[in-house]
Amino acid sequence: MPTVRFTDNIQRHVECPTRVVGGARVRDALDAYFSANPRARGYVLDERGRLREHMAIFVNGGQLRDRAGLTDPVEDEGIIDVIQALSGGES
Amino acid sequence: MSRASTCHVATRKGLFTVTRGASGWCVSRAAFLGDNCTLTMHDPRTGVLVVALGHGHFGAKLHRSHDEGATWQEIGTPAYPPMPDGYTPKMTHNGKAIDWTLKLVWALAPGGANERGVIWCGTMPGGLFKSEDGGDSWTLNRALWDDPKREMWFGGGADYPGIHSICVHPGDADDVVIGISCGGAWVTRDGGQSWSVGGTGMRAEYMPPEMQFEPNAQDPHQVVQCLANPDALWVQHHNGIFRSTDRAASWSEIKNVNPSAFGFAVAVHPRDAETVWLVPALKDEKRYPADGRVVVNRTRDGGKTFETLTTGLPQQHAYDLVYRHALDIDESGEVLAFGSTTGSLWVTENGGDSWQTVSSNLPPIHSVRFGQSG
Repeated sequence: MPTVRFTDNIQRHVECPTRVVGGARVRDALDAYFSANPRARGYVLDERGRLREHMAIFVNGGQLRDRAGLTDPVEDEGIIDVIQALSGGES
Repeated sequence: MSRASTCHVATRKGLFTVTRGASGWCVSRAAFLGDNCTLTMHDPRTGVLVVALGHGHFGAKLHRSHDEGATWQEIGTPAYPPMPDGYTPKMTHNGKAIDWTLKLVWALAPGGANERGVIWCGTMPGGLFKSEDGGDSWTLNRALWDDPKREMWFGGGADYPGIHSICVHPGDADDVVIGISCGGAWVTRDGGQSWSVGGTGMRAEYMPPEMQFEPNAQDPHQVVQCLANPDALWVQHHNGIFRSTDRAASWSEIKNVNPSAFGFAVAVHPRDAETVWLVPALKDEKRYPADGRVVVNRTRDGGKTFETLTTGLPQQHAYDLVYRHALDIDESGEVLAFGSTTGSLWVTENGGDSWQTVSSNLPPIHSVRFGQSG
């Protein structure tokens, strides 16, 4: 099953430990993760379920292609990294 | 009327509590250090404090404190509903369609005195939300959102339109006036079941000549209401200063104001609708104090004449801009505070005759709101 890992920067707002979850696509895996940690959902996705503008997801090191539907496939032993983009961090 | 003794200052890098001590006002607490605090609301019915955060990566969030900011808990965030199937939003002036997603919490206001738990929330891109449980959950006001005229709103200084002012009638909680940049002033008399755009009188120089008095195209930077005389509204507008004496049914312009009629912030005396304070700046393409002098304009006769107040304010090479939520007045009408983009904070305890500098080194200030009194 895929592993979901989160940026350290999100941890001070909402605790997001690394977890192994079910799911064949990024959407399924994140839904599984957020079902056990619902507050984290709004930090990563907007109310439409799209990846927030200044967030990024990598699947096995490759950048997510479908930021709206999160339909990118993830293999059984895949790793999903949820990180903040370098954009959006106005000083 | 008791005087404010606490002030909450929301900045680009945290929330600062400023309190009145024996020797004057000083910063007494910092919270959310490093985070973008965009707004606070103090609820006089309960003493509850709400802060809006705008995380660059993680979106807008709200937190609530029951102990004047000593501890905080995250509460619900307004969420836009999905677009209806087949619906295509109209393009605004800049060619961008309105995205049905929360961009910014831009206004927070307690409901009526007898509506404990009710909070109104204005947002960018133009949705008005209401909570009936102190902010735990929010509902989009569909009557306003679904009004076809709402789709004519456009951004003023931002990519999207937003609701920045909410004035709840102190004697009739169903009577609410809101201000939109850019969408003018809108009014409900039935608690938000129906809305109408206010009357004519405001003037928008940025529109084609035939449309300059269109009420739905106006850019009121801020709308405030006199608590003792709720028919009286004042607006610091993109193109000048306007007032209404009939609860937004009509507007009249206040002209010949020096050094400038441009600005963002306005405060009206809670018991005297003729007494108003504004913080002028050079008009839109410049946005800094004229001649590098920070001044406050005060009228005591409904805008016929103004005094330009300077005592205690920097008068050389000061380029502080004061945002729309960064000026506040307490219930006594004597204590005011305002903060600037360059992190200066000033307080007066005599209606603006003289000002005390609380700090010149805070982060850029978005909002200044008094808390508890006494």
